[in-house]
Amino acid sequence: MTATAEAPVTPPPIRDERMGRKSGLARLLARPEAGAVAGAIVIYVFFFIVAPPFRNASSFSSVLYVTSTYGLMVTPIALLMIGGEFDLSAGVAVTSSALCASLFSYEFTTNAWVGVLVALALSLLIGFLNGWIVVKTGIPSFLVTLGTFFVLQGLNIALTQTITNQVASPDISTLQGFSSARVVFSGSFTIGGVNIRTSVIYWLVFVAIATWILLRTRIGNWIFSAGGSPVSARAVGVPVGRVKIGLFMAVGLMAWFTGMHTLFLFNTIQTSQGVGNEFVYIIAAVVGGCLLTGGYGSAVGAAIGALIFGMVNQGIVYAGWNPDWFQTFVGLLLLGAILLNTFIRRRAEAAA
Amino acid sequence: MTTPQNTSAGKHRAQDTPSVGQGSGNGGVPLVRLVNASKRYGAVIALSDITLEVGAGEVTCVLGDNGAGKSTLIKIIAGLHQPSTGSYEVEGTPVAFNSPREALEHGIATVYQDLAVVPLMPVWRNFFLGNEVRKGLGMNIGFMKKTCKDELLAMGIDLRDVDQAIGTLSGGERQCVAISRAVHFGAKVLILDEPTAALGVKQSGVVLKYIIQARERGLGVIFITHNPHHAYPVGDRFLLLNRGKSLGYFEKSQITRDELTGLMAGGAELEQLSHELESEGGAAADIGHAMEADVEELGIAHQASGTDTAPAVTRQEGTSPR
Repeated sequence: MTATAEAPVTPPPIRDERMGRKSGLARLLARPEAGAVAGAIVIYVFFFIVAPPFRNASSFSSVLYVTSTYGLMVTPIALLMIGGEFDLSAGVAVTSSALCASLFSYEFTTNAWVGVLVALALSLLIGFLNGWIVVKTGIPSFLVTLGTFFVLQGLNIALTQTITNQVASPDISTLQGFSSARVVFSGSFTIGGVNIRTSVIYWLVFVAIATWILLRTRIGNWIFSAGGSPVSARAVGVPVGRVKIGLFMAVGLMAWFTGMHTLFLFNTIQTSQGVGNEFVYIIAAVVGGCLLTGGYGSAVGAAIGALIFGMVNQGIVYAGWNPDWFQTFVGLLLLGAILLNTFIRRRAEAAA
Repeated sequence: MTTPQNTSAGKHRAQDTPSVGQGSGNGGVPLVRLVNASKRYGAVIALSDITLEVGAGEVTCVLGDNGAGKSTLIKIIAGLHQPSTGSYEVEGTPVAFNSPREALEHGIATVYQDLAVVPLMPVWRNFFLGNEVRKGLGMNIGFMKKTCKDELLAMGIDLRDVDQAIGTLSGGERQCVAISRAVHFGAKVLILDEPTAALGVKQSGVVLKYIIQARERGLGVIFITHNPHHAYPVGDRFLLLNRGKSLGYFEKSQITRDELTGLMAGGAELEQLSHELESEGGAAADIGHAMEADVEELGIAHQASGTDTAPAVTRQEGTSPR
């Protein structure tokens, strides 16, 4: 506690006889990330034992890479969930953004960067519309974004089919500006013989920014209050509606970023890509300690939730198992993680 | 102890208000005065002819049972509604508020029963929610935590940790945080809506203590309650409401606690209830007898019906001893 500087000022606090001393461990466990950290350690140890290749630095680098492709989206989804809303359209919105950039620059033969900027505008617009409809109508975001999900999914497939007669976007690697965009969005570098993709760095940077926003800024306060008790927040002057719209747009922004990463890595995008990822994002955030009801959670926890996904995703491959079991395995792990999370939080609260 | 007042630079403080009307409140201009205020919702007369005032350093209690019009009265003072007739003055100036925010700008803050706090957020974040102190791009967290701690200490709340979620505090403590927050952000008049309603005996005592604290810091307090035992010790004036009408408006010197209780309880109704219970027989009859005894002890039977002050004292020693 902070009794150091103000020691002469504050009288020694009279301890309530009903309050036991809360141990350091209990305090640690009461943090939203606690369950995710425990789960991540268990899963890491598990694959470390059963999958020998998992122990290499290079495999861990690819675990981190897969993690980052989820994590880039998990971060804004976590903020959105702390703000009390869902976005089920987030998975296909990534694909929409990438398709938009690719088709626009290919069909109009522009510099790849023009497509990138058009896609950015589209992604922010999708986010804005999601948020605006939710805020203006008061309809649960679960329903609104479920609608957006199907609208976007249909557009992804139908528009691409109409324009290109294909189920994927054309290869844009010959376009001007492609190589510079690839460096920016999908670069990689080597440290000590291990290849690391820049998306991992971006992911960590975004997690850090999100954490800073949540804990150190006024906006962060507003996000927690918008999810925790919107009525109370409004009563003390928090612009709850604007906060929520902003959060949906942040999801849009990161959907754009993730879409650009995928596009410039593979030169082309499958139209059906991204379906199902919206659940991965939400689950990773929940495993990371975000409450489904809003008002509680952390960006770091959500990042660890994404890491659990990345580890399982790659660990199954390294263990030499049939990847068809991935989803079942993930489902079980998530149930386990959520149970563990709940158990730990109950215990921590009981200890408090 | 350092004076925490100076830490909130720029905020106008309740202490700065001249102590007009300290004590009886007849000397200076009251902070809030309603004169013959009425409120109609269509054909429904929710309030009629209510007069009430509160000065700096005074507590005016508004007592009434459910449906007596307390909520309507709060809504008028808090700026949610305007009175249909009658006048509303703040520091002697007639006002017509269109929103609670306008009332707040005049220093009239309402602490509602449901408190306007976010349970999962830390105490200090709740304290400054919507009024965060910024520093560069972020917030001045150290300053806010310290100010919060000092402000709560000034109200006599010694929290171990302002970082704990406000939901972990007791109902009474939460009320007190909400009160001290209103005080810190410049409230001159506090409207407390049933702050003791959901609390136990001890917790209620804590809240009453903070009401006295607020009064001593020179604030005007309008304390809405249905419990005369909570109102009497802290109040300077008492407005009794029943079915939208005033049953009486008293200075403390004009009324005893027992009379207040009697008026509130509605002695005749209690008496009737006790007779009904007695006729039930068994355990109900015992309760009925006990109630009857209470009614007698309080000597409230004659005040019960409010208007007919004819000697309805059919029972023994009528008037209440002080």
